[in-house]
Amino acid sequence: MTDNTTAPTAWQQQIFDILKRGGVRQVAYVPDAGHAHVIRLVHADPEMRAIVLTTEEEGVATCCGAWLGGERSVLLMQSSGVGNCINMMSLIQNCRFPFLTLITMRGEFAEFNPWQVPMSRATQPVLDAMGLTVMRVERQEDVADVVQAGLDAAFESSEPIAVLLSQRLIGRKKWVAKP
Amino acid sequence: MNSTSHEPMLDRREVVRRLIAASPDALVVTGLGSAAYDVFAAGDRPENFYLWGAMGGAAAIGLGLALAQPSRSVLVVTGDGEQLMGIGALATIGAQQPDNLSIVVLDNGHFAETGMQASHTRLGTNLIEVARACGIRRCEAVISLEAVDRLGELANAREGCLFARVPIAADEVPRVLPPRDGTFLKNRLRELLKLSPF
Repeated sequence: MTDNTTAPTAWQQQIFDILKRGGVRQVAYVPDAGHAHVIRLVHADPEMRAIVLTTEEEGVATCCGAWLGGERSVLLMQSSGVGNCINMMSLIQNCRFPFLTLITMRGEFAEFNPWQVPMSRATQPVLDAMGLTVMRVERQEDVADVVQAGLDAAFESSEPIAVLLSQRLIGRKKWVAKP
Repeated sequence: MNSTSHEPMLDRREVVRRLIAASPDALVVTGLGSAAYDVFAAGDRPENFYLWGAMGGAAAIGLGLALAQPSRSVLVVTGDGEQLMGIGALATIGAQQPDNLSIVVLDNGHFAETGMQASHTRLGTNLIEVARACGIRRCEAVISLEAVDRLGELANAREGCLFARVPIAADEVPRVLPPRDGTFLKNRLRELLKLSPF
């Protein structure tokens, strides 16, 4: 089991602060431990709406719907969810929607679970193929700058942006066998 | 359509025409294919956002739009095949329950666009029960044109998240094709809402 009770890191708080300050109102997500702190804060914020999804492609659609109605939104997911989104991402390109997704990477650094690897390798090619601009963060000190740049590009110049938060940045998943 | 083989099969164009007439200010998101043609045939309007792809996305787009525009009625008009592909979105909507969101599935039990293959609603799936089990507050079987009028009034009233299934005849009606330029449709709807073009 993974330990989700550790204190949030500074960069996780920075991501929430950037979304909040950036006027993001709808936060759609399929959970990941790397996003857990942001998700918790969104649930606690009366000005933000947390939307838990059954599959990531729903979030592509809710984000586009939010923008149709004038609200900024973001989709939080892990790399395994990117493949689920492919066809729905045609909405973004066809309608030139601003779009921001923050993606925690699995399957690329000290990965325990080999089932995470194939989609991990396909994550960036899939996003490129669907016309998104991919920004990758490797170091904690770069998180705020890159996420802010992604948010600005999405909502100030209507670009579709995917920010990849690398697995090395997030830290090794801690696997502890049950007694 | 399971368990309801004797129910009346309504004319899809008449259903959609009456539905929109009874909720004239609603923002309408359509599923791709016949539902889009039906909504367009009822009269093009900037409130209409027609999908030509993104199958399975109509209800989820409606959810994002309804949350962003709580003072407007949002009406999703789609077919059984499109809703089946986005069936998980019913659970996502059940968790959110925006009062101003209504989802209307025109159910002919077939994939009409691709050669009338039987869909799951003909083979056992009951979408009303699915929606109810997902916690959507009001789930209505709508089997007459008078009930369609009431459904439109309910959608207009924004008094609770609503899912409705309307059995329609599985016949082919003339195709009337709405605009296919997504950016145009998006900006047209945003302009109506007094939002900037992006």
